[in-house]
Amino acid sequence: MNVSKIYKYFLGALVLASAAACKKDNYSAPGSFLSGHLIYNSDTIQVERNQVPFQIYQYGFGQVGPISSTFAQDGSFSEVLFNGDYKIIIPNGQGPFMWKQTGHGDPDTVNVTLKGSQTVNLQVTPYYMIRNANISISGGTASATCKVEKIITDANAKDVERVSLYINRTQFVSNTDNIAKVDVAAADIADMNNVSLSVAVPAITNPTQNYVYARIGVKIVGLEDMIFSPLVKISF
Amino acid sequence: MKKLLSITAVTALVLGLAGCKKDSDFLDVKPTTFLTTDQVFSDPNLVLTVLADLYNRQEDFSSLDGNSNDGAGWRTFADFSESFPSENGSSFIVQRTGWGYDQWRIDWKTAYTYIREVNLFLERDSAATQLSDKDKKHFYAEGRFLRAMYYFELVKRYGGVPLITNSLTLPKDITTIQFPRAKESDIYDFVISEAEAIKGDLDADPTSKSRASRAAAVAMECRAALYAGSIAKYGATTTAVSLPGGEVGVDASKANDYYTKALNAAKEIIAGTDGPYALYNNGGDPSDNYANLFLDKASSETIYFEDFKTGGKTHGFTTNDQPYSFSDEGGDAGRLDPSLNLVEQYEKLDNTFAPLATVDGSNNPIYYTNEDDIFAGRDARLAGTVLLPNRQFKGKTVDIWAGYVLSDGSIFTSDLAGNHRTLPGTSTAVQVVGTDGPINGLELRTQTGFYIRKYLDPTTGSGRRGQGSTVAFIRYRYAEVLLNAAEASFELGHPDDAATYLNLVRARAGLTTPLVAADITFDRIVHERRIELAFEGHILFDNKRWRIAHKVWDGAPTTLADVRSGLGVASHHSTQPWGLWPYKVYNPGNPATDGKWTFRETLPALATGKNLFLFGNYYSQISNDAIGANPKLVRQPNQ
Repeated sequence: MNVSKIYKYFLGALVLASAAACKKDNYSAPGSFLSGHLIYNSDTIQVERNQVPFQIYQYGFGQVGPISSTFAQDGSFSEVLFNGDYKIIIPNGQGPFMWKQTGHGDPDTVNVTLKGSQTVNLQVTPYYMIRNANISISGGTASATCKVEKIITDANAKDVERVSLYINRTQFVSNTDNIAKVDVAAADIADMNNVSLSVAVPAITNPTQNYVYARIGVKIVGLEDMIFSPLVKISF
Repeated sequence: MKKLLSITAVTALVLGLAGCKKDSDFLDVKPTTFLTTDQVFSDPNLVLTVLADLYNRQEDFSSLDGNSNDGAGWRTFADFSESFPSENGSSFIVQRTGWGYDQWRIDWKTAYTYIREVNLFLERDSAATQLSDKDKKHFYAEGRFLRAMYYFELVKRYGGVPLITNSLTLPKDITTIQFPRAKESDIYDFVISEAEAIKGDLDADPTSKSRASRAAAVAMECRAALYAGSIAKYGATTTAVSLPGGEVGVDASKANDYYTKALNAAKEIIAGTDGPYALYNNGGDPSDNYANLFLDKASSETIYFEDFKTGGKTHGFTTNDQPYSFSDEGGDAGRLDPSLNLVEQYEKLDNTFAPLATVDGSNNPIYYTNEDDIFAGRDARLAGTVLLPNRQFKGKTVDIWAGYVLSDGSIFTSDLAGNHRTLPGTSTAVQVVGTDGPINGLELRTQTGFYIRKYLDPTTGSGRRGQGSTVAFIRYRYAEVLLNAAEASFELGHPDDAATYLNLVRARAGLTTPLVAADITFDRIVHERRIELAFEGHILFDNKRWRIAHKVWDGAPTTLADVRSGLGVASHHSTQPWGLWPYKVYNPGNPATDGKWTFRETLPALATGKNLFLFGNYYSQISNDAIGANPKLVRQPNQ
């Protein structure tokens, strides 16, 4: 077989391949952007990153399984999806809030018909809200004050286990991600309307940094997810 | 011509005869490449080969030859901050911040394939006509034992699962074989009742401890009842971890009933009804005795084990975990390094707790003449479980030290194990770091300052890849039965009995001061199991059933103060594996300290993750595939 023959075959294959490529592909990539926040009335709910999950279901395509994801630290979520009808739930026992339930105790669904990008805020009822959070640093000590407001007061009410102040060098601040924290048990708090906390800010080296991120968190008895105050960046 | 005629005649005769054979016989040729079910179930030796396959496929959470989830045997013992994985490819174990909900599960399909095959085995065994009644009965009991064991493994991971006790055939309507999950208590009840039903058909004095025996069935019953009892009792503390249908969680009112069953089962074994079992005690050094208990296959303590054999199945545990400097295979060693978190838990001989003394009251380092002096006066199981610095394996001393401490407190070391460098003010190069580590990030040497000793095989050549080790993995042993009895007694309000049982186990370990009833607390029970049963595949399931896993692995960083404190406290948090690094002092100006040993607690640099156990981790996720295929399966709580 000489070179020109090989070339001919090659050319033929190329033509075939490009002709095949003209065929319509399966689907184009999903392009509709579904995003939103966890909210209570008009306030967003702050949680720990990667810990509070939600599930999106789409029916009508045979076996059903959820698209699982988690909320960001500021309670936001986003998914890129195909247009279609979706149902969103938050599994039972997740989050520092109550999610509507059906009569059988299953999590109720939020129905979303997606046609292009859309914002859907998920309305939940938190057990507590942290109000008027104020965190400042002076003399190497971080001090915080806040009011812990009880939202759910009926038979479903839960007690506060502790209030904590967390500091971290990055913007991820929680019980898992911190360089300094202080826990104050609920029993040691005289007035939930006026909680104050303070913790020493450790020296930050390698590299040095003259700011920290801080949040106040409330741990509720019997729930693993905490609710937080909005993140603040404090320079000193 | 005559000849030709006779040949034709003979040929015709032969053909004619052949033609007389019945067509059906002619076409029905017996296969020569496989045995039919009827053939197999007509010969006890062939039945045994089927059974051997089922035995071989039992599921263990920790296993010397590995399991389907974690691969290599040593890795199934790693994790939970009880050890550090000194292999670069396994650093993820200490770098993840928690576990996925699907962690620790047995693949749903694998599980029900196994259940189906055992069910088929049982059906075929009972239908067999050519086996003796004695054989049939014994095989049947063994099959039921294996099925109950498997359901026990499933309920430990998933809670209630569909309870399938006969083989299913594919019907026209698939929904008729979609079964919902049974209650968690139903599965435990099944394990318990199966054990009761079959124990009479099993031998009390078996020839092989790798096959089901009467005591193995009762030991399984004992553990299962204890698990169910503690889930009933402590499940009340985590109400979020339950399902309204009882698929997860056991009703609190059943706790005492289960504890009573566990205690009775334990008492049956202790009384000798189920065979001659006793604690392994051959005298001599209690540490060596404790280590030998796992090596001696004739041990009277072993109730049921997974055996290994040269020429048959061997494992690479010793290859993977032997000390680096005298490894039988260069570059294959030292993977499983026990953590300081665990080592600190071993009591002093007077039954009190104290962290290993590295510094005195005013935070100045303490100096020791010999490298292993710091471990003196501890529970003998420490040296029996952990290969400490300056101790021996296969007649050679391990060389574990992290470098020199100079007079100003600075460290003089090298990144190369066993490297020689010139100390300041001298001219001759000397070794400045141990050949067995520890060096941060240097795999296959210890990175915590400890090697594992339990299961490490001193047989010549056991560390070679080709040869492998034949040390058995003990699934049930007498000491655990005693601890089960102690826990059940304690929960039933008899701390005096609990103390008696604990003291038996502790005396064997060299702790001769007996505990009294007033000493027995929940923390004591938890502590004794953590120590006696370290690296035997219990810690996850124990912490789960006591509902303390989310407190122990709470995701917060583990500080030095955390490691030194909370000793013997069940729910004290332990999320990162610390190490204890020995240093040699170089201070020629001060003969009081020069050449002595000092220690520093060190968090290995690779241990950047923190173990976080969520409520959703208490029961492994049932895969979306399985739920998609059978919508009757209820999802696990918090997932």
